[in-house]
Amino acid sequence: MSNERLTVKTLNRTALTKLLVQRLKADEAVIAGIGNANFDLFAAGHRPQNFYMLGSMGLACPIALGVALAQPERGVIALEGDGSILMGLGCLATIANMKPRNLTIVIWDNGIYQITGKQQTATGGVTDIVAVARGAGILASEWVRDEAHFERLLDRRFEDDGPILLAVKIDDTPGAGQTPRDPALIRSRFMKGLGTGRGAALEA
Amino acid sequence: MNWSETFLAILKDNDVRLVSYVPDNVLTPLLKGVTSDNYFLSLCATREDEAIGAVTGAYMAGLRGAVMMQTSGFALIANALASLVLPYQIPAIMVISERGTMGEFNIGQSLVARTMRPTLDALGITHHTLADATTMRFVVDSSIKQAFSTQAPVALILSPLLTGGNPAAHAKLKV
Repeated sequence: MSNERLTVKTLNRTALTKLLVQRLKADEAVIAGIGNANFDLFAAGHRPQNFYMLGSMGLACPIALGVALAQPERGVIALEGDGSILMGLGCLATIANMKPRNLTIVIWDNGIYQITGKQQTATGGVTDIVAVARGAGILASEWVRDEAHFERLLDRRFEDDGPILLAVKIDDTPGAGQTPRDPALIRSRFMKGLGTGRGAALEA
Repeated sequence: MNWSETFLAILKDNDVRLVSYVPDNVLTPLLKGVTSDNYFLSLCATREDEAIGAVTGAYMAGLRGAVMMQTSGFALIANALASLVLPYQIPAIMVISERGTMGEFNIGQSLVARTMRPTLDALGITHHTLADATTMRFVVDSSIKQAFSTQAPVALILSPLLTGGNPAAHAKLKV
C-alpha cells in the first residue's frame, strides 16, 4: 500500500456532492449518513430517491445495502463520513461478501469529527480507509486523486460493476444546508421515490 | 412441524424474505432453514445494528425482512431503534433468542439479559415472549401483520421454554 491517501488532492464535499447528483441519470437511490453528508446531499437539490439519516451514526452503508438487495436493477449510492464508517467497519466485510453489483460507497474523509468540534479521527492518524475496504474484500476501492478523476469515476452505470468504494480527501468546511428533521416524511417520500410507497391516494 | 419450521413458514406466509442475522446457538435451526431455502435471502451481519440498518433499507425498497439475534446483541441496538427504526416508522421484525435465564452458565449473559425488556418497554416497542408451540403461530403471524400494517417494530423473544435453550448450556452448568 502506497501513501496515496497522503498525496491525493484535498477536495470539497459540497462541490463534489453537487457534481455527483448532476451526474445521476437513472433515478439512483442515494443514502446519506448523519451530519454533513446528508446536509450537502440536501443542499445539492432534493430528489425523491434521496434518504437522509438524522441519527444511527454508521448505518448509511447497511441501509444502502438493504436498498441494493431489494432493488438489484437500481443503482444505489451511500455517502458516509470517515467518523461514521469507522463506527461500523464490519459492514464493509458484509458488503464484500454479499457482492451487491449495484452499490457504490463514497467516503468523505476529512480526518476529523467536523460536526462535534473537529476532533481527529483514526483516518486523520494512520488509518487508510481504502486499505481497510480492500482488506475487507471490496477490491474495487480507491482514492480519488482530484476533481477530474472523480468525474471520470462517476462516468459509469451505477447499477453494475459494484461494490465500489471511493474515498475522497476533503477539507473541513461544514455542510451547506440543513435537512428538514421529519423522519416519517423523509421515509415516506423516499419510498414514493423508489416506487414502494403505500400512500399514493394521499399525494393528490 | 417443529417450532423453527413453523416460524419460517409464518415468515413466508407474510412475504418476509430477507433474514439478517448475527448467529446464535438457539437460532441455528432457523438459520439452517433460511440458508437452505432459496425463498429466503440471508444476510450475515457483523453486528446487530448493521442487521437493523439492512432490514430498514430493504423495507423502504420493497423487501420485507426480519432480524435474528441473541439477547446480548439486542443490547447493542438501542440507538438504532431510537434514532432510525422508531422515528422513521420502520416495521422491523426482531427475533431474539433469549439467553441469560433458565439455565444460563455465563454471568455476562445473565446480566445483559436484564436490560432487554426494560429497553423494549422504555422505547414503547411491542414484545411477545414465545413460550410454547401451540400459541406461537397466532402470536407470530398476527404480530408480523400488525407491524407492517402499523409501521411499527415488534420483538419476538424465543424463550427456552419454546426452544429448549442453549444446547451447549447443560454440560457447562455442571458444578
